[in-house]
Amino acid sequence: MSSQAAFADALLDLRQPCPTGLCSANGADPASRFAVYRNNVQGSLINALADSYPVVRQLVGDEFFRAMAAVHVLAEAPHDPRMSRYGEALADFIESFEPASCVPYLADVARLEWLRTRAYHAADTPPLEPAQIAAALADPASLPELRVTFHPSLRLLDSAYAVVAIWAAHQTGTTLADIDPDQAQRALILRNGLEVEVFAFERGAFTFIRNLHDGRPLGQALACASDFDVSQTLALLFSHGAITGLQRDEVSP
Amino acid sequence: MTPSCKQAFCATQAACAGLPPRAGLGLKSGHFNEVLDSRPDIGFFEVHAENYMVDGGPFHHFLGLIREQYPLSLHGVGLSIGTEGKLDAAHLQRLAELIERYQPQAFSEHLAWSSHGPVFLNDLLPLAYDAPTLNRVCMHIEQVQDRLKRPMLLENPATYLAFQRSTFDETDFISEVIRRSGCGLLLDVNNLYVSCINHQRDPLAYLDALPLQAVGEIHLAGFAEDADSLGDRLLIDDHGAPIDQAVWTLYQQVLARIGPVATLIERDNRVPAFNDLLAEAHQADQLMRAGRPA
Repeated sequence: MSSQAAFADALLDLRQPCPTGLCSANGADPASRFAVYRNNVQGSLINALADSYPVVRQLVGDEFFRAMAAVHVLAEAPHDPRMSRYGEALADFIESFEPASCVPYLADVARLEWLRTRAYHAADTPPLEPAQIAAALADPASLPELRVTFHPSLRLLDSAYAVVAIWAAHQTGTTLADIDPDQAQRALILRNGLEVEVFAFERGAFTFIRNLHDGRPLGQALACASDFDVSQTLALLFSHGAITGLQRDEVSP
Repeated sequence: MTPSCKQAFCATQAACAGLPPRAGLGLKSGHFNEVLDSRPDIGFFEVHAENYMVDGGPFHHFLGLIREQYPLSLHGVGLSIGTEGKLDAAHLQRLAELIERYQPQAFSEHLAWSSHGPVFLNDLLPLAYDAPTLNRVCMHIEQVQDRLKRPMLLENPATYLAFQRSTFDETDFISEVIRRSGCGLLLDVNNLYVSCINHQRDPLAYLDALPLQAVGEIHLAGFAEDADSLGDRLLIDDHGAPIDQAVWTLYQQVLARIGPVATLIERDNRVPAFNDLLAEAHQADQLMRAGRPA
């Protein structure tokens, strides 16, 4: 094993002894100095997760979060120097982390926070101008064939819990007392200009949007969903810059 | 690097002349709006390259606006120049794209390693100063300079332990890297002080053993204090406190030797109000103007 391999292994696995071949000028035990690197690595990765998951941290408290994150860091060290990409696996980890099972919605709140981070850093694409929208919608006969291109930041999360309400309560500092956490919510996450926005949709509208997002044309997406107001849903998507393209299918000869 | 390519890199200070001999600040996302609204009188801003390796959104929006008004230093923390493995070509490509997009006046990285195999450890880890490491570090720096088509600045490290197999002093090692690769020196005065305390070296002797003519930028920061197994002072380079008086004093010694050089006030943890950072920057500017030990 190379010296950096041994060093790296011992940094991440606290059960391992201090690597050999190290020394200090004053003759101090190298382990007491190696501990600084261990603390730096562990601490910086836990801090990175804490920065990415502020609501998860508030839900379980700082002490619990840091203990949980420490276990996760050992299991899942980063594989990329871009720390904004670290932590994608935390939600799945939370789901299997027994001590967190008393907060059943915690994993989905983590998923929502992760999608917000991805949306924040997603590519910039200008939304359609009103004139472009009007032109694309001008021919009623061709509407069912229209396919929608969404902003690269748009993400969807179908949760069995009231994730949007729980997340929103932590933005305003309001109490969770009035929220039924078992009320299923379907979230749409989107960056509109510089701001990441989070919406909750009823099942019908969410199914419609998800079908469009999956690439189905308007007519098919409508047929897959029911009990929702299509014009209101589209108006909301247009007004928040969610739609960046409308294309008609090429008609085969 | 081919000899002709190396010649094209001229003297390092000249190549980095675009970064003005003034104090600069690290750009924090929490300060984006304040910077644009108040247009502080600052010599330059510095950003961590990795934070801007994202597709779009507010980080690029604000950096683009701020770059229009200020010189920029691009500071990498994830290239792992001292790695025993190969440099990450994808990461180098992302650096090249950022440099193309923002045209920074300086690019710097660390004499350290931070990745092993696929694992990124998010810390600047120490190197054994021996001939194989020297060859590897020089090879990697030349690869970076060839790819980025510019000389880079290499930052002296803050370290907490040493390797039995080291055969060079840190200052001899750094001098040799700079001589061979043609890179410049990012002189981190806080790192210098931290390492000298931790390894029982005299800071001024360390300073005078460095190739100071290659300094293209200076970093100043605060440290935390711990103790090792013997109860001796162990200083931690945590960028989480105001600059220590000992580091200010050492900075004056640097200025007395080489004159004003672009100087970054580095603060990454427990970031205070923007005005507090600005006050430290103004203090550095005053010392540069005074140009002599107070």
